[in-house]
Order: sequence, then C-alpha cells, then structure tokens
Amino acid sequence: MENTTTMATTQVTEVIDARGMACPGPLLSLIGAIRQGAVGDVIEVWSSDQGSRTDIPAWVAKARHELVEVVDVDGYARYVVRKAR
Amino acid sequence: MDEPEETLSLIIFSGTDDKLTSASTLVVGAAALGRRVDILLQFWGLDAFRADSVHREHGVAPEAPSDGARRLHDAHLAHWADVFAQAKEVGEVSIHACAQSMDALGITEQQLDPLVDGVEGIAAFMAEANGPVVFI
Repeated sequence: MENTTTMATTQVTEVIDARGMACPGPLLSLIGAIRQGAVGDVIEVWSSDQGSRTDIPAWVAKARHELVEVVDVDGYARYVVRKAR
Repeated sequence: MDEPEETLSLIIFSGTDDKLTSASTLVVGAAALGRRVDILLQFWGLDAFRADSVHREHGVAPEAPSDGARRLHDAHLAHWADVFAQAKEVGEVSIHACAQSMDALGITEQQLDPLVDGVEGIAAFMAEANGPVVFI
C-alpha cells in the first residue's frame, strides 16, 4: 500500500477513531463531524475499512471540502479533512 | 452538491436481512453524496418495516449458501434499520409503503416503523422517478 505520509503541520480539531467500523460507518462519522464543525476545522478519521479509501475522497470532493492528507499506518489509515465551507 | 441530480428510485421488494443490508448501504451512499432517494416498500420489504418486526431475524436470500445466515450474523454489520435512519439524517431520503402491498398483506399505517414516511400508490412513486427504477 502506498505510503502518503507527509510532515503533518496541520492543527487537527477533532480525531475520530472509527477503526473496526464497517463501511460506511467511518464516512458517516466524518460527515457528522464536518456538519457539526466550523469552516476551517480539520477532522482526522482513523479507519481500517477498505471502503473508506475510495469513499472518503469521493465524498470530500463531492461535498467540496479538502482532503489534506491520507496517512497509512499499520492496519489502518488516517484521513485528514478540512471543512472548506 | 448544488447541481440537481437524478433521484435514486428504489423499490424494496425483498425482506431478507442480506438484501435489506445491501439496500441500506446503497441508500446511505447515495444520500451522503447528495442524491435524493425515493424508496417504495413492497411485499416482504414492507413486511420487514413493521414496527414489531424490524429487529427480528429476517433470514437471507434464497441464493445465499447454507452458511449464509451465520456469516452475515458473524460480520456484525450495522443493522439495516439503523443505516436507513442514518441515511435519512445525512440526506434527503423518503420511504413510502406501497398501498397495494399494504392491502394485500393487511398491514395498517399504524403498524409501520417510524422510518416509513407514509403510504403511496405506484403512480405517485413513478411521478417522482426521473431516472431508472432499481428493484431489489
């Protein structure tokens, strides 16, 4: 699996540990947090669900937020998303 | 998410837990992406949405292998009723009971789970369908 780790300089507002949740649980957790948050907030979702790898980028693009980075960790990935509007 | 999109028009005929799980996943995905979803419940799909039966075991489809029910159970997926509820929270999802199926099965509106928004006829459902109708 490609490692997209970058130097994380982003201030994260909220971390959601959705590891172990099945598709589409992690995406729904992200959507809930984005809706409740303020513009500029950065939400980091931890997910071990394979569907998140396609679903979270697809939703973020469609909803016109910003996928700051996807960081692969052992057995899961961290999706860092900024609420853009 | 501003551009108007085709409604996902879905008829849920089957009332087994695997098919309802599959349908709920499709619906929540569509709703999350801003697509309007219009669902009509017919026959066994409708029967599964009775308030007193939503959380009962509904078995698996005939095409499932002999250990299918056990494998679905062991997967510990979110219950389809909870996923439909999430879909309604996240997007614009309406769920209606088919009037004909209500009559055929002798089900009254008071018996339906609150997830169901009301009863409608097939013409009302088709009037809202501006694209293909998906049937499960």
